[in-house]
Amino acid sequence: MSLVTRRSFMKTATAGLALPALGRGAFAAEPLKMGFVYPGPVGDFGWSWAHNKGRLAMLEALKGQVVADYVENVKEDASAIPIIKDLAQQGNKLIFTASFGYMDQTIEAAKQLPDIKFEHCAGYKHADNVGVYNSRFYQGRSVVGTIAGMMSKTGTIGYLGSFKIPEVVMGVNSFTLSAQAVNPKITTKLVMIDSWFDPAKEAAAAETLANLGCDVITTHTDSPAALQVCEKRKIYGFGQGANMSKFAPHAHLTAIEDIWGPYYISRAKAMLDGTWKPDDVWMGFKEGTVVMSPYNPAMPDNVKAAADKIIAGWKDGSYDVFAGPIADQSGKERVPKGERMQDKDIAVMDWYVQGVQS
Amino acid sequence: MNLAFIIDALVTVVGVTTPILLAATGELIVEKSGVINLGVEGMMLIGAVTGFAVAFNYGDSLGDWAPWVGVIAAGLAAAASSMLFAALVLTLGSNQVATGLALAIFGIGLSSLIGTGYVGMIIQPFNQVFPDSLAGDPFWRVLFAYSPLVYFALIMVFVVGWFLNRTRAGLVLRAVGENDISAHSIGYPVLAIRYAAIAFGGALAGIGGSYFSMVMTPMWAQQMTAGRGWIALALVVFSGWRAGRLLVGAYFFGILMTLELYAKASGFSFVPSQFWAAMPYIMAVAVLAVISARGVVGSEAPACLGRPFMPSS
Repeated sequence: MSLVTRRSFMKTATAGLALPALGRGAFAAEPLKMGFVYPGPVGDFGWSWAHNKGRLAMLEALKGQVVADYVENVKEDASAIPIIKDLAQQGNKLIFTASFGYMDQTIEAAKQLPDIKFEHCAGYKHADNVGVYNSRFYQGRSVVGTIAGMMSKTGTIGYLGSFKIPEVVMGVNSFTLSAQAVNPKITTKLVMIDSWFDPAKEAAAAETLANLGCDVITTHTDSPAALQVCEKRKIYGFGQGANMSKFAPHAHLTAIEDIWGPYYISRAKAMLDGTWKPDDVWMGFKEGTVVMSPYNPAMPDNVKAAADKIIAGWKDGSYDVFAGPIADQSGKERVPKGERMQDKDIAVMDWYVQGVQS
Repeated sequence: MNLAFIIDALVTVVGVTTPILLAATGELIVEKSGVINLGVEGMMLIGAVTGFAVAFNYGDSLGDWAPWVGVIAAGLAAAASSMLFAALVLTLGSNQVATGLALAIFGIGLSSLIGTGYVGMIIQPFNQVFPDSLAGDPFWRVLFAYSPLVYFALIMVFVVGWFLNRTRAGLVLRAVGENDISAHSIGYPVLAIRYAAIAFGGALAGIGGSYFSMVMTPMWAQQMTAGRGWIALALVVFSGWRAGRLLVGAYFFGILMTLELYAKASGFSFVPSQFWAAMPYIMAVAVLAVISARGVVGSEAPACLGRPFMPSS
């Protein structure tokens, strides 16, 4: 019936496999291969989308010298390890694991593959071949919090979170503290939806926050779903990861944009000239990894000015949202007056400030 | 806690429930005919992307009709994808579970591929059929503030319940699911009936999917159904294959999911949030345990569910 026997199929398949190998050998210098692991789909228009944009910017900047593949929708559980190892087996020399939830998996894979270099995003565990990079998104959230505090009429603002991990906790605290700085009566209602990407649940959670009296809602999940709810409910919201103003032209006040391109380019260059070392960088407004989208024209001038002042303060070091006195939910003083929180304490933050309802 | 607050919460519950209810109602018919189609998630996504694409591309030329055409296209596209599954399991007799899983994965991939160009685009939401005087009324909005798909979902549950229990055609469909060989031997076209059931299930899954991309969040994002197709499948089992219980079960799931959000936002932190998230599944396990402890009583599982039917003649 069929002319394709197993043997003839194997022959063709082997020939097919040999072809790209031959083709690659023809080049004088092989391009550096890199792999990226994303937690969500590259089309989420949020976190994974922004990392992918960084990857594309790197490919564009180092055309011909690098190739970079990605795997999307990788679960943040043990199943990430074989995927990371698979990327290494495909010849990728530098692997970026772009989510907090890959921390232990990256360390585990790095232990088994000492010749491969890794870069883990947003974690706190290190190894000789694992660098850690992160962006101080909490700086952006202090801008958003300042705006929320000034725009809210009810004094109740909402925070739509994903998981109780330090990255989200510091965002909640930064948002709340900066809002309280402009309106001491502010309380933040917090909902964690136990997912980074679930538009339906994000929308339902945003509706719930609106029903509970929040008139400004910020999101720490990956889709514009909550913004669309804000637009429908005629309240305010903020974009996350990208300028999302077109999803909610009235509600969208500004967005915290993630800009990864320059960092990825610098790391690829370090690999190319052999100077790669495991680093531990935490960048922000100053380094350009956190950028605010243009403000909504409907925002009053004094609010814009207040927001700009915060950004300028982060850039020149005169502002710090985690400057004492800071008390936690139970009222216990966590940061005394006149002191600033250390990076190592911020990175493992697991308590909410006073005024957060969770 | 006042009335407006409860009404707001109910509106959220209805939104959360509707897509699951639509997909589960379709799957109920499929399973009643003796076929288990695990591809609901994939079909929902195909429906979601198709509905969005049609409303986006023809929004200007079709005007007010664009969302209606989009929803119909979503149903047709998902039904077409279900025909792939049907041809494999019915005509070729392949394993239903494996083929269904393949359809789910295929749908996830195909919808992502089609949707690449639609990421970051927006359409007008397909909301509110009733005039503002009803939909905006502080009380009556609890009944009138919804998208047409919400009413369609409710009507379909009743139609399906009536069809299965009160019509001759429904009796034949159930006979095919209970004992395909007997149905075949007295002259019913078993495979044709199953093809029709699968197409119907596909269409409702697709329309359920379009609820995500056209009503709840009028945008396209890859895998935006985020696993609701699997909940729909669980719901059919949970309901014991009865339309009435399916409706109750779907709203029960919806209320639990919404309660979880309210509990968290209101600061009921004495229950860990993970426990709330697990509630629907804990309840499903509990109900299944009760059903199986009582034997077949209460459950109307079709006897031929998942068995391929290959007539020898």
